[in-house]
Amino acid sequence: MKETISPERKIVLPGDLVSTNPRNAGSGTYIENGKVYAKIFGLLDEKSNRVIPLKGKYIPEVGNLIIGIIEDVQSNGWVVDINSPYEAFLPVSEYPKAITGKQPKEIMDTGDVIAAKVVNIDPMMRVYLSMKDRSARILHRGRLIEILHTRVPRVIGRKGSMVSLLKKELGVKIIVGQNGRIWVDGPETMINFATDCIQIIEKEAHTDGLTERITSHIKKLKRGV
Amino acid sequence: MEENQKFIVNGKRIDGRKIDELRPIKIEAGVLKRSDGSCYLEMGNNKIIAAVYGPRALHPRHLQDPNKAVIRYRYNMAPFSVEERKRPGPDRRSVEISKVSREAFEPVVIKELFPRSSIDIFIEVLQADAGTRVAGLNAASVALADAGVPMKGMVTAVAVGKVDDHIVLDLFKDEDNYGQADIPIAMFIRDGKIEGITLLQMDGQITKDELKEAIKLAKKGCLEIYRLQKEALFKRCRGEDFVE
Repeated sequence: MKETISPERKIVLPGDLVSTNPRNAGSGTYIENGKVYAKIFGLLDEKSNRVIPLKGKYIPEVGNLIIGIIEDVQSNGWVVDINSPYEAFLPVSEYPKAITGKQPKEIMDTGDVIAAKVVNIDPMMRVYLSMKDRSARILHRGRLIEILHTRVPRVIGRKGSMVSLLKKELGVKIIVGQNGRIWVDGPETMINFATDCIQIIEKEAHTDGLTERITSHIKKLKRGV
Repeated sequence: MEENQKFIVNGKRIDGRKIDELRPIKIEAGVLKRSDGSCYLEMGNNKIIAAVYGPRALHPRHLQDPNKAVIRYRYNMAPFSVEERKRPGPDRRSVEISKVSREAFEPVVIKELFPRSSIDIFIEVLQADAGTRVAGLNAASVALADAGVPMKGMVTAVAVGKVDDHIVLDLFKDEDNYGQADIPIAMFIRDGKIEGITLLQMDGQITKDELKEAIKLAKKGCLEIYRLQKEALFKRCRGEDFVE
């Protein structure tokens, strides 16, 4: 897959010098001998001294909202695939309702899709989830779209502008997981439009004027109805 | 190649290169769709394809390291990569190359970020013409960067050797087979500067002073290859079509 990137952004390779002041080291960098170097191949954000990744696996962080797929059911909880090198565990106690008298399997079974929060990660990278959160839920209908997790900030947009644009213009429900999974629900045609838009955002993630282009693309799609 | 043939005539080598000149190199990043990162590399008549997967869950579980990622490196030669058909599968030579190549990446890849996982690097030699391990390292380095694997810098490698009592850069087949020494060297490059040597092997005999000279020559070659690796990665994200 080839990408287009606005030429103003500087591309850095692992090891490229980002800053000589270790105090303002952003993400995607490491410090050695008082100097800040890039640790990944990506785009340099010179304001915050961080490197924006182009590719790479999703590594969970505490507080992330993710969309997971139940992989296995145990007596004390669920093993969840979160589109990462690490699987996550959702204990029965972190399910919002008491499930007395029921087996975990009767609540959620293998293959079910959920939105959940990452609440804890231990040094061995065992990831724990919780559904005791406003945004957490079981996702029954709708469509699941998978994109590169590095593109998620663009799908959300500045202060959620892109998602709210899609929601408002298309009248669909959208949940964006930090792990690169996006859930869309609504009328069939609108889901198709949303999928189309999200794929454009993924492809043209690092270009300028993306919001305007999406706005006009939605108009074009609607006229075609 | 005939016996007693001169390797260097009027400062030129058999293939027309100067003693400190690299073979033509072509690098393209992101050639495989299914892998996390990939690279196709030509170095003279060497043709190499590299694929990187990971970090990903490591199975079997007993191979996992609770504190850091495990790097697995597989160097493999296609049966048709050499004149006489090579028996497929790992042999003594390719197992050794896989091991030393993996060790060339151990200090560069930041493994501590991914406990219990593995980073898998696959090198397939499609056509061999001396210096396949260094070509493989160059391709692997680009593929790792393409996959977004965190690294302290880049690894760049080149072979130097001794033919006709001259130290030469980037040996090709005949120089490797009939020359006096062959020394593959891999360097750790950070911010365009050489920070260390991560692989050095030697086959043949040279003096201490000659080795010093050889390393100096290798540094020059590595910096040139580093520039090409950088170019290939830039090209990948600028979306320009690869120019033949």
